[in-house]
Amino acid sequence: MHSGILYSLGQSLREILTSLIGVPILVDLLMTIICATILLLIMATSALVFTLGERKICAFIQVRIGPNRVGPGGLLQSVADMLKLMDKEDIVPRGIDKWLWVLSPILLLVPSALIYAFFPFDDGVILADVNVGLFLLIAITSQTVLPFLMGGYASNSKYSLIGGMRTVAQMLGYEVPMVFALMGIVMITGSLKMSAIVEAQSDVWFIVLQPLAFLIYIITALVESNRPPFNIVEGESEIIAGPFTEYTGMRWALFFLAEFSNLMCIGILTTTLFLGGWHGPDFLPGFCWFWIKTFLCVLFYQWVGWTFPRARVDSMLSFGWKVLLPIALINVLLTGVGIYVYNVM
Amino acid sequence: MDGYATLGIFFIMALGFPIAPIIIANIIQPKQPTNEKDIPYECGVNTIGKNNVQFHIGYFMYALVFLLFDVETVFLYPWAVKYSQLGLFALVEMLVFVGILTIGLWYAWKKGALSWK
Repeated sequence: MHSGILYSLGQSLREILTSLIGVPILVDLLMTIICATILLLIMATSALVFTLGERKICAFIQVRIGPNRVGPGGLLQSVADMLKLMDKEDIVPRGIDKWLWVLSPILLLVPSALIYAFFPFDDGVILADVNVGLFLLIAITSQTVLPFLMGGYASNSKYSLIGGMRTVAQMLGYEVPMVFALMGIVMITGSLKMSAIVEAQSDVWFIVLQPLAFLIYIITALVESNRPPFNIVEGESEIIAGPFTEYTGMRWALFFLAEFSNLMCIGILTTTLFLGGWHGPDFLPGFCWFWIKTFLCVLFYQWVGWTFPRARVDSMLSFGWKVLLPIALINVLLTGVGIYVYNVM
Repeated sequence: MDGYATLGIFFIMALGFPIAPIIIANIIQPKQPTNEKDIPYECGVNTIGKNNVQFHIGYFMYALVFLLFDVETVFLYPWAVKYSQLGLFALVEMLVFVGILTIGLWYAWKKGALSWK
């Protein structure tokens, strides 16, 4: 049914486990745990790679050198950062709401990790190919708002509170255009399954069929993952670091882990939804195309982030409602008429 | 294994994933809290006045409009999945629905609910 190196690797691993254990449900459980561990490792590695990548690319764009002391060409910088963050003192400021404050970074990572279950990395290589895939994915993604608000509220700091409130504001403004933009894809595919969406792009990528939706998606994706130029939540020069101003050491690192994991998520989602996922010419296996496209998308998002100045809060929020939402509605209309005409002809 | 069961297992693992480094860090990090150190950092200067201030969030109307539109998108998704099988009926239905949405958006716009105050 499926082809591809990753899928056959998974199948042979399953066969080996079956011959060792024999009980099908235990094999299933073990396979799930192995795959989930791999996904979590990918997520952790993404943070290590992208912290360095971000600093290097930022430096390149700003005509600086960037980190170049630790390891060859600064390659081990993020490892050094991680070790340093591990043994930093965990300062618990006075007057915080202890439970919310402690839970916020932990809960922030859960949705960031969970959405990795929906990504088709290769033909048939997807952890949970549920039939409401895209819908559930959008729902889980928007859960990242609550931990930010929790952290901002619990930190007993004015800037954190403002940052937390801004998170909610930008989610309110950009969730609806994004959902409407992705609706065009669902209309063409006729399914919410992530694998079906990739399958539907075997001939024509959705960036060709849905250019408007693609534009709306890349803007809303930057907003929802707090990337510059839309990082009003943590706008360094305005509100220090937003909701995570009062966090130190490992807890602070978790916020950054979530941020870089989200960066990779929007890269993967752009690839999966608009750029054909793992489809590509035959000389490379599917997952190679998947990662090449993903890294190009991430590079693009970082490039955008370091090129444009930060948007102002009020103009940014009106932009979501007054420009993106009407365009998204028009896109749904055009897609509907287009599909109808195509079916009639 | 069923996709949702897989998701459940992944959820539990994802919950443990951030807790483990916090526990490890707790073992190796120094703990010397002082009175000065535990003051909220805020912007680096000593805090002026109370910290839990009340302020105008400025998006109450936004939130109401958002709620309406978000519920409508939830209704539209099942329709979008079945769209190409329903033919002309779905097209007319869509025009009516999006028309109502547009009127709603226009009304909120005119009322000034979409501008940040």
